[in-house]
This record gives sequence, structure tokens and C-alpha cells, in this order.
Amino acid sequence: MSSNTASSSAGAAGSVDSSAARKNSKRPKYSKFTQQELPACKPILTPGWVISTFLIVSVIFIPLGVISLFASQDVVEIVDRYDTECIPAPARTNKIAYIQGGGDKVCTRDLKVPKRMKQPVYVYYQLENFYQNHRRYVKSRSDSQLRSPKYENQISACKPEDDVGGQPIVPCGLIAWSLFNDTYALSRNNVSLAVNKKGIAWKSDKEHKFGNKVFPKNFQKGNLTGGATLDPKIPLSEQEDLIVWMRTAALPTFRKLYGKIESDLEMGDTIHVTLKNNYNTYSFNGKKKLVLSTTSWLGGKNDFLGIAYLTVGGVCFFLALAFTIMYLVKPRRLGDPSYLSWNRNPGGR
Amino acid sequence: MAGEKRIGMKLSKLYSFKCFKPSSREDHSQIGSRGYSRVVFCNDPDNPEALQLNYKGNYVSTTKYTAANFIPKSLFEQFRRVANIYFLVVAFVSFSPLAPYTAPSVLAPLLIVIGATMVKEGVEDLRRRKQDVEANNRRVEVYGKNRTFGETKWKNLRVGDVVKVNKDEYFPADLLLLSSSYEDGICYVETMNLDGETNLKLKHALEITSDEESIKNFRGVIKCEDPNEHLYSFVGTLHFEGKQYPLSPQQILLRDSKLKNTDYVHGVVVFTGHDTKVMQNATDPPSKRSKIEKKMDQIIYILFSILIVISFAGSLFFGIATRRDMSDNGKMRRWYLRPDETTVFFDPQRAVAAAFFHFLTALMLYGYLIPISLYVSIEVVKVLQSIFINQDQEMYHEETDRPARARTSNLNEELGQVDTILSDKTGTLTCNSMEFVKCSIAGTAYGRGMTEVEIALRKQKGLVPQEEVGDDSLSMKEKKANSKKSVKGFNFWDERIVDGQWIHQPHAELIQKFFRVLAICHTAIPDVNSDTGEITYEAESPDEAAFVIASRELGFEFFTRSQTSISLHEIDHTTGEKVDRVYELLHVLEFSSSRKRMSVIVRNPENRLLLLSKGADSVMFERLAKHGRQNEKETKEHIKKYAEAGLRTLVITYREIDEDEYRIWEEEFINAKTLVTEERDDLIDAAADKIEKDLILLGSTAVEDKLQKGVPDCIEKLSQAGVKIWVLTGDKTETAINIGYACSLLREGMKKILITLDSSDIEALEKQGDKDAVAKASFQSIKKQLREGMLQAAATTDDSDNPEMFGLVIDGKSLTFALDTKLEKEFLELAIRCNSVICCRSSPKQKALVTRLVKNGTGRTTLAIGDGANDVGMLQEADIGVGISGAEGMQAVMASDFAIAQFRFLERLLLVHGHWCYRRIALMICYFFYKNLTFGFTLFWYEAYASFSGKPAYNDWYMSCFNVFFTSLPVIALGVFDQDVSARLCLKYPLLYQEGVQNILFSWERILGWMLNGIISSMIIFFLTINAMSAQAFRKDGQVVDYSILGVTMYSSVVWTVNCQMAISINYFTWIQHCFIWGSIGVWYLFLVIYGSLPPTFSTTAYQVFVETSAPSQICWLTLFLVTFSALLPYFTYRAFQIKFRPMYHDIIVEQRRTERAETAPRGVLGELPVQVEFTLHHLRANLSRRDSWN
Repeated sequence: MSSNTASSSAGAAGSVDSSAARKNSKRPKYSKFTQQELPACKPILTPGWVISTFLIVSVIFIPLGVISLFASQDVVEIVDRYDTECIPAPARTNKIAYIQGGGDKVCTRDLKVPKRMKQPVYVYYQLENFYQNHRRYVKSRSDSQLRSPKYENQISACKPEDDVGGQPIVPCGLIAWSLFNDTYALSRNNVSLAVNKKGIAWKSDKEHKFGNKVFPKNFQKGNLTGGATLDPKIPLSEQEDLIVWMRTAALPTFRKLYGKIESDLEMGDTIHVTLKNNYNTYSFNGKKKLVLSTTSWLGGKNDFLGIAYLTVGGVCFFLALAFTIMYLVKPRRLGDPSYLSWNRNPGGR
Repeated sequence: MAGEKRIGMKLSKLYSFKCFKPSSREDHSQIGSRGYSRVVFCNDPDNPEALQLNYKGNYVSTTKYTAANFIPKSLFEQFRRVANIYFLVVAFVSFSPLAPYTAPSVLAPLLIVIGATMVKEGVEDLRRRKQDVEANNRRVEVYGKNRTFGETKWKNLRVGDVVKVNKDEYFPADLLLLSSSYEDGICYVETMNLDGETNLKLKHALEITSDEESIKNFRGVIKCEDPNEHLYSFVGTLHFEGKQYPLSPQQILLRDSKLKNTDYVHGVVVFTGHDTKVMQNATDPPSKRSKIEKKMDQIIYILFSILIVISFAGSLFFGIATRRDMSDNGKMRRWYLRPDETTVFFDPQRAVAAAFFHFLTALMLYGYLIPISLYVSIEVVKVLQSIFINQDQEMYHEETDRPARARTSNLNEELGQVDTILSDKTGTLTCNSMEFVKCSIAGTAYGRGMTEVEIALRKQKGLVPQEEVGDDSLSMKEKKANSKKSVKGFNFWDERIVDGQWIHQPHAELIQKFFRVLAICHTAIPDVNSDTGEITYEAESPDEAAFVIASRELGFEFFTRSQTSISLHEIDHTTGEKVDRVYELLHVLEFSSSRKRMSVIVRNPENRLLLLSKGADSVMFERLAKHGRQNEKETKEHIKKYAEAGLRTLVITYREIDEDEYRIWEEEFINAKTLVTEERDDLIDAAADKIEKDLILLGSTAVEDKLQKGVPDCIEKLSQAGVKIWVLTGDKTETAINIGYACSLLREGMKKILITLDSSDIEALEKQGDKDAVAKASFQSIKKQLREGMLQAAATTDDSDNPEMFGLVIDGKSLTFALDTKLEKEFLELAIRCNSVICCRSSPKQKALVTRLVKNGTGRTTLAIGDGANDVGMLQEADIGVGISGAEGMQAVMASDFAIAQFRFLERLLLVHGHWCYRRIALMICYFFYKNLTFGFTLFWYEAYASFSGKPAYNDWYMSCFNVFFTSLPVIALGVFDQDVSARLCLKYPLLYQEGVQNILFSWERILGWMLNGIISSMIIFFLTINAMSAQAFRKDGQVVDYSILGVTMYSSVVWTVNCQMAISINYFTWIQHCFIWGSIGVWYLFLVIYGSLPPTFSTTAYQVFVETSAPSQICWLTLFLVTFSALLPYFTYRAFQIKFRPMYHDIIVEQRRTERAETAPRGVLGELPVQVEFTLHHLRANLSRRDSWN
């Protein structure tokens, strides 16, 4: 700090101790980097750029929208809401009592195939107003317990479905406990339609998350029964219904795969569904739907993406047009008093 | 530091008044009692009694931390920031079941952020430590037991050691001077590191110790005051051979000052290490924060409020939903949540408590609204920015080998917002190397040269065509360079005087006396080069050096100074021969800023007593004898002319004293001098006053202080940029005005408002001596002048088509009144209306006061620039202090925030670096808030679909990496490298600087605009994603979207959007930006793959999510594409509209450049402003004046 300060002011200052000192010169080294002169592209929004950007976006988006819409239109989907219909008319005043009551709650539905449906036809159940993404619900599981029998006792996260009389429940937690238990039996022209319930879960789930040596234990043995029961002789990795259910949905309206029909359904066919209406969505005003759907390369039926693409593309096209007109009709005139008033309040982004 | 010092000194006065009435005896009677307990056993540090005292060693540490306390102390420093405390609390809460995230994912970013800052602190501290080690290990010679001097390290010195310090070495501790290489035990000391004064100070040893042999067996005991911070006081006694000798500051050599012009000294160590005065004085300079950073705090508070509001809203909904989970008759609604058997966090029976706890959870959940890495990023960016400033070749000064230095990094962006520059004149605008150019002797003016100011004035008046002047000055310079004879400090040529021709002049005798005064009346010290015989001088001030050099060149060569005599080689004007004359030096009446003169009393070889005196015209003319006023009129005339030519003038006088008068006076003077009290200085002044009268006028000198290179251009550019420049100088009004013209601060056609007290009625009052009346009249006069000025200014500025420019000039006396609380508002108002303001004759304190007035009165950013110790107060008071690392010591630089070698570099520092840094930081902060709001609000929207239960939309680790890995580097690149226009254009269109002054880029509209943009983006991202990927199958194989897939898709959209937003909002794309922006997106996918391949217990919902599920799904990619474009669309459209309808300055300039280049033909329009810019400039002025009237 104190070394090397300036020499005193008189004659001595500014002494030119030339070449020797030059070696230790403090002159900053030159490089394009340090002098902040790196070659750079400096994009600027000229009218041309603005218009062509909008045009290009619309030129890309509109076809994409059309393609997506077509893909969505290709999909044949049958949606049947049955939660109310499947309760006998007299019981409808108190649906909860009905669903919680005993007895076989069988119900039949007839679905008409509006268009030819190529196999595979996927069978889904759709629940609405069901918060599988509730924090309490999502946390209520034990991944390690699902994976290996060694960790059977890791049930701390599973309360209150953690144990029965000190014995751990496998699989524990609210998610497993509330396993969906409506069943569907499909038939066409009185010939039953095989619903393949294998291969509906993710491969990685079956292989890595759910152990093939873990068997259900004490499941649904608590004081309150939630949903479906599990066959204690089948390892969890084979219980695909459970695996599908345990992969929690992101939103309160969701579908889950029930199975696949591996034969084509012809237009005009009537699918007769015999379903057992066991699952209680009535307490929380949830809806239940049965969905049969084919898929396109984009997946299931949803026009939203196509429409959104078309809309954004359209907006961009409109903007391109608007800007073109604006630049043509009203180029930024120099010295235009209106420009001044616009600019009165400098700011913005 | 100086501020502290001043206060310290004042306190000491109070203290001494209270405790002991000034009298040396009483002072010394305190010794031994409290506060005066130090005992030093000279030359006997091993004395058992000395060991018992156990004074600390000379080891010095200036580091903030030690190895032991580094961690706790730096942690404490970290958590003084509100945001960090919030994150710490969050980290603690994350261990509780309230946490929506896992604890490690919360802790990791906090640790990284805090760790990075701590590393920075550590590195800085290590650097300080290195300096300490260097100082501690310096060598010094110490008198050992073997009765010889041996070398030891500074840190090993102990109290009582006798040391020997050689010429040009620093004193290792506070020493008591025993003896020196001079017989009479004097030595010269330079105290630049203490107070910034470069002049040499004289120290005397006590007579009894000054004999060199005596130190061999010297065994005295010093009893003195305890360590304190008062640099100019010392109280103690030396007990030696049974007698007591009082000690004063005269005998004390302070650590960090330097021995000059003395071969060696011997001294006893009195205070060591941290006990030394300089260390006791070390206080941290005031820490300054930039306006942007202060505003940023407000934004953080806004974000906190948003956070609280949305958390509260969420909790409300959550509370209601939870309450409803259990109906009154005990029926469960959402039975799958088991509301009958739950913890308090979800208990319908205690819904209020649940809602409250949820509120805490939500505070954590939406914590991403508060950018954790903002502070760290800003700090990193600022450090890198200052490196760029330091590395700028354009701000490197070849002659002094000094690059620019950003001494603090936290004010970079403030440089882009400077509204008012307060500049010192001498050494800042000028070189502070004085050249003797003219003189007036006996009413005749000598000296033919033309000063720069005169040239500049002529140029401005258009008397001389520009090129001719250019040629002229060039050839002059060449001539100077060619003629070897050119002498530094001497630029005088007049055939009547040089080469001994003066003897033929009519008043040869007076001329002789005149130069004798110059050769004798000074405190310079000659330094004879033994090889060449050439003599150089070390002088207190460059003026004095110029005088001595001038008298040497004209035949009065001063060559030796002893304690009691001054010797000259003179040319006898009768014989024309060279003779040596020795003048016995009796007394030196020193120069002080209050006295404004210095005198010496000598006995000439003819045994006559002479008082030789030089001083400012304001004090000298009134001291002239009646018979000494012969040439008064002419001389005054000349002085005025010189001042107009920008020269510094001094009046030269002499007088003969008769022996009797002298004897009486001397007694009084010596009495005063030997006093050791507070009043001493006043008494000395009073005594000096008595002898400095009845002087005989000889003439006056005129010394030119050359303008620094490029100053007028720089000032021109800065005022084009709309920056107001105030010059605060100690010079005379005329000099200041002319310098003002020379450096184009004042221009032809500018209306000058002069506020002064030099009116006849006030002078008349002064002569009557009624101080109260004078003060009252002065006050009224100033008030009237301010009012009039105001009216003048107001009358013309209404006519905005042709805004007239005003220049305000005010002198020091008037300033005293104008700074009075009753008038300061009016003064400020008037000053703001004026384009330039010059305050003349202002004291350092006034400089600081004016700075404070401007800073607080206008609320705008002020920059003070100066080079001397007298500017320190101003530098520290201003928002930014810029020190000129020139000739006048390092004090200003030490107190500054930025140091540059030349005033002209200020242009580049402000217009280029300031502008860039301001832009960068402003944009960076806006962008930071944008990106965090975009991210944070997607979480909030998701909550609305998750019954506000507190489940985040994304995997924990995605989120904790968001700020640290996926978005940080592009922001830093933005903050370090972005430029709207190149440096060349910044300088060419100084107007661009107004973006910073008006704070356009960081206005509330803009900040809120960015925030709004963030919220809109988040809505687009969220709602498009959830609708495009709703319940239907998202792949050919019929699988549906689940929590993990939606999260990944949405998160990818966020990463893409914020990074692409960055890409479209920056103006400058080098490979670095490309690398960082696209790299960040790449890193996200890389992370996803790596994290997804970890075992599922660790990766949970991210397990294989990209590879297995989302990457093969077309809809994921299509959604991403759609969402990213749509989210950018609002901003892009806005920008397109804005460029069309209300372009910003840089937009216009860039556009202009583009079209210019497209037309390729190198037309000669380069010098002109584009029409649009002219236009905006016009509008801007209107804006400015409106703003002013607002204040």
C-alpha cells in the first residue's frame, strides 16, 4: 500500500527512466477480448427482420397446426361418463351411501363405435376432480419398499396406511391404498372382447421401481378399505394396474390405461360393457369416464395443439401484415411532431 | 478516512479544552496518569520492567479475517443481507415436514452461493495479507547488544529499540528522533501516506540527544501518552540523566512516512504495530452503494410482497379446501387423502392451523421468485467489469505508466448515471506542473510567450483560423522539443531580461531584488547532482519550484541551504561577475492557506535585516507601506491581465527591518513558537502579522498551470452528453473564468452570472471593521444576486426553442453565504439551471459541502474528481470519487473509487464504460427478475391445479439447479459483455449517455414491464402446456401424461424460453454468448439424462423420464416448440412496436449505422449527428428542463 507512491512534485516528477522501465510497463495487454472488441453479430430489429420473422413463424406454424389437427382428427375416441348412470335411479339421491354400501354394483353400458377403430384400441378410465397431485397424497408412498423386500419396513412416509397391528403394509401409503377398482368387461355382439392388461405400464417402472420379489402384504387389511385389493401371490412388478396407478397424474383430470383391445372395431359396432362400479368418486363430486381410443403418431385425441399452432401462426401472419402496412403507410417520418409526442415519455423496454 | 480524521482532530481539541487548559506544564503533568501511561525504556527493551509492560510487537495485520474467525465472521457478513436470511430460514424449514422440497435441494444452491462469496472474500483478504507480510518483513537496522547496528525485520521491532533509518526509507514504527546525519539533529520527512501532503516537513531532535555518540550508551526513559489517532499531537517527557525534557510532535517520526534529504536518522521505537498513529487512524472508507443496487433492494421487497400475497392466497384456498375435506357429520370428502387420520398440516378440524403452516410452505415453494443467485451474479459481473476497466488501453497513460484502476467494483453502473461532475482544477484539469511565464517588475511587464488560455480564447473568438493555431502550437512544441535548453518549469523568454540583460533595464536594482526574493523566500531544498553539477530542487509546491528555477535561469542560483543560511550564486550587476552570497536565514514565516503568504527574514551579507515576502494579491496589497506603493496601479493592472490569461499570480515584496524592531519582535515570536498549546498557531500568526507590514512592492509573478491534454474536448463531449460540470477551485475568479473558457466550460454566447462580494459598499463596510454588519450586508447581497440570477435564467428558459446557456461563477466568500441553510436552496436552484458552475476560492471543506448540497439537493448522481489531499472530502462525499493519480501524492487516489491518470480519460470512463456497465447491470437485473418470475409463477399456476397443496410442478433438483446451472452463465455474459453500440459510437454520440442519467433502462416502467413479461410468459408456458398435454395419450403406444412428464416438458419450456429471451434481448452476440446460451440449454438436457439414469430412489420422478418417455414423444417436442415461440412473442412484438414508434437512442444510432454501412459510400457525414439524434437531443433538452422545474 505504501510502497511505490509518487515522488515529490518538483523537478523529479515525470522522470523519464525510459527503456528499462518499459519492460515493467503496466500497459494493459492488447487483445480483442480485453478491449471488448470481439467480433460480434449485433442483431437489430429492422422492419425487414420484423416482418420476415413473423412471416417465417406463421409459415412454419400454420402447416404444423394443420398436421396436428389432422393427426388429432384421425383418432377415434369413445368417451362414456358413467358415474351417475351406473347408480340405480332410486339410489341417486344418496350416491355415497350406495357406493359405500355392500352388494354387487354391476352396471352395463352400450357404446357405439362411430368409426372404424384400428387395433390396438386403448381402454382408459378417466377421473375428474381427483387430486392425485395433492402433496399429502403424492408423498404417501415408499419407493424403497416397492423396490426390494429388504426395505419392507421403510414406511415412515406412508401414514396412516403404514401398518396393520405393527405389520408393515406392502405396498404402503395412500396412493396404493386408494387403487382404482372399477372393472370393465367388454363384449361385442355377445362375444367377449379380450382386454389385454399386460404391457400397460412403463418398462422402467416394472423393471426398476417395482421389485419382482416384493409381494403384497397386509394390503387393504386396515380398519378402512380404500380401493382395490391385490393378489398377494403376484409380485408387484407384475401388478400393472397398481404400477399405472402409482405413477401419479399431474392434474386433477386424468386418464389411466386400463388395457388394450387387440382387435379392430368396426364402424357401427356396439360394445357392451359390463362394469363393476366400485370406486367412490361421489364423496368428492368426481366424474368417472370410460374411454376407448386409438392413437395417432401424436397420441390421443386433442385438438388443442393444432388449434394453438394455427392461432399463433395466424396471429403472426396478422402481425406481419400489420407491420407491413404500418411501415408502408406510416414510415417513421423524421421530424414528425407526432413522433415527438410519442416519445415524450422515454422509457419502456 | 480524512473525514474521520477531521472529526478526530476536532475531538482532540474539545478534549484538550476540557481536560487541561493549554499550558505545557499542565500537559506534561498528566504523564503517568490515565491516558498517559506509556513508558519506554530506550535502548533497553530487555529490561525486566520493560518486559513486564508487555507492549505489542510491531507486527501489523490489516486483514479482515484470521484463519480462526474466517468462517464465522464471513458467514455473519453474508447473512446481513435480507435475501440471504430468508434463504437460511428456508433451509432450516426444509428439514421440517413443512417443506415442499427435500432439504439437500434447498441447501445446495445456498451453499454454492454463500461459498462463492466467501471464496471471494477470502481471496481479497489473502491479498491484504500478502501486503501485510511484505510490510512486516521489510528490513531495518536496529542497535543490538553488541553495540552495532544489525538488520532485522520490521515485525521484530520492540518498543525501546534504537533503529537507524536511511534516506528514502519508510519509518517502521513511530519513533522518537534522537539524532540525524545533520549535526543539529534535524531531518526532513515526507508524510504523503499520512495526509497526502508532498511537502517535506522538518523534524528536530532534542539537543541533548542529537550528538551521535550519545546513542551508544543512551539509556533514557520516555513517559508519554497512550496510543491515539491524533497525527499532530504528542505529549511526553524524556527522563535522561536525572533530568526531564519535554517532547513534542517535532521529535516524533511517524510510521509510513518517509525520510527525505537526510542520509540517516537514529530513533527510539515508541509505538509499534497497531499502536502507531497511522494504524490508529486506519478506518474503512465510507462504503458506497450504487443507486441501482438500492433500487434493487426495493424490487426485492416488491417480490417479497408478491411472494407473501400469492402465498397467502394459496393458503386461503388450501385452508378452505382442507376444511371441506371433512363434512360436519364426519363424512370424508376426499377420502383418498384420509382426512380423518392426518397430521396438523392437512387436518380439516384445524384448517386454520393447516392454512397457517401451508403459508410457511408456500413461502418456501414460491421462493424462486427471490433470485438467490442475483447478488452473487452481480458481484461476479462487477468484478469482471472492473477488470475490463483496468484493462482498457485507451485509459492507459504512457508517461506515468498508469492504467485506470477501478478501486471498488460496486459503483461501475453508477458511472453510467452521472448527472453532475464536480471537478477540482489544479492537477485535475491542469497538469499541476507550473511554468514561470511572465512577471511584472516595477510596473513593467516582462515575458513574451502566449499562454494556452490565451490561445484557446482567441480560437474561440475566431480571431485565428483553427489550422493556423494548430500549426502554430505544433511548431512551438517542436521547437521546444528540439531545443535542448528547454527547462521544466521555465517557459519565460524576454530579451530584456534573459542572459543578464536585465542590468540594462531602468529599474535594474528592483529587478535584482525581485529575483533575490524569488531565490531566497521559499522552503525548497537544492539537490546537487554530484556528477554534472546540475541543481534540482525539491519544493513544497510546484509554484515554488518554478520560482527557484526561474531565478536560477536568470542568474540567481540557489545552491545550498543549511539550517541557518541560504547561499546563492549571483551575478553582480555592476561587474557582471559571478559571486557567492550567503544570506543568514533568521526566520521562516510559513505559508498557510489562511495566511496566503510566506515570508523569510534574512540578514544579507551587508548585514542588513530583510523581510522578503510573497503572497496572494488579496492579502499583500493591504500590507504595503505608503512609500512602497509606487507601482501599485500598474502591477494591479498586470495581475488582472495575467489572471485573465489563466495564470497564477503572486505579489513579491520586501522590506528592511531595523535591529531594534526585530529584537522586540523576535522575542515575541519565539515565545509564541515555543508554546505547546492550542493557541500556539494563532499566536504565531499574530506575531508574523506584526512584522509583515509596511512592505515595498517589487512586482508580481505569473505562473502557468498548463491544461492537461484533451481537457477541452473531454468537457465538450461530457456536456454534449448532458452532464453538468462544476469546477471547484481555489483560484481567483478571473483565473477560474479564463480556465473555464480555455477548457470550453464557458463558451461564447453563454450568459455569465457572476456572484461576488467584491462590491464597493461591502468593502466600505469591511473597512469599518464591523463584522456583523459585513455579514449581514453580504448575506443580503448574495440573496439579491441569487434572485436576480434566477429571474434571468427563468426569463429565458421558457423560450425552449432557443435555450440560452448560463454559466454561474461564484467566489469563495459568497459561497460561504450561499451555502448557508437559508440560501442553499436558492443557490442550488440557480446552479441547476446553469450549464456550468464555477466556484472560485473554495476551501476543501466548501468543496465537500457543495458536493453534499448537489448530491442531496438534486438526488442525482454526483461524481467528484480531484487529485490532491484537499479533494479527499469531496471525493468521499460524492456518489463516485475519481482520483487523478497525478503528481500530488496518492491521498486522493486512496480515497477514490476509481483512479485515472488524466482528466480526459473520464470521457471514456463515463461514456463508454459507465454507459455499458449501467446498461448491463440494468438489463441483467431486469432479466433476472423476469426469469425468476417466469419460473416462479409456473409453480403458482400449477398449485391452482393441485388444490394449493404445496406440491411443486417439478422435481426438486430441477428447481435447485435452475438459477445455478441452467440460467446463470448467460446472465453473467450479458452483464459482462453486452454492448448496445461500440465504444467508438458511444463516444461519437455522447447523447446516448442520457439513457443512464435519466435512468431510462432501470425505470419502474421498465422493471415492471419485465416483471409483467415474466408473468405473461409463465402463463403462456403453463396453460399451453397443460392444455396441449392434457388427459389424452401423448404417444403412439397409448401412454398418458403423468406428473413427471408434464413437469419435464414444462420445465424444458421454461429453460428454453428464458434462454431464448436472453438471446433476443441482448444486442451483442459473440461466441461467448452463443456458447453460454445454447450451452445452458444443452446442460439442462445433459443434466436430465445423467440425473435420470441415477437409481430411482435418488432420481425419483426424474428416473429415465427423458430417455424413455418424453424424448420419443413428438407431442412433447411440438409443445415445447409452440410454447417457446408463443412465450417470446409478446416481447418480440413489443420490441418491434417500440422500435417503430418510440425507439430508444441506441436503437436509432444502431439503425443509422446499419443504413450508413449499407450505403457503403463513405460519405462525409461522419461528423454529423443523424437527424433523429438531433431530434431526440432537442426533445431531451425539453425533457431535462421540465425535470428541472420539477425539482
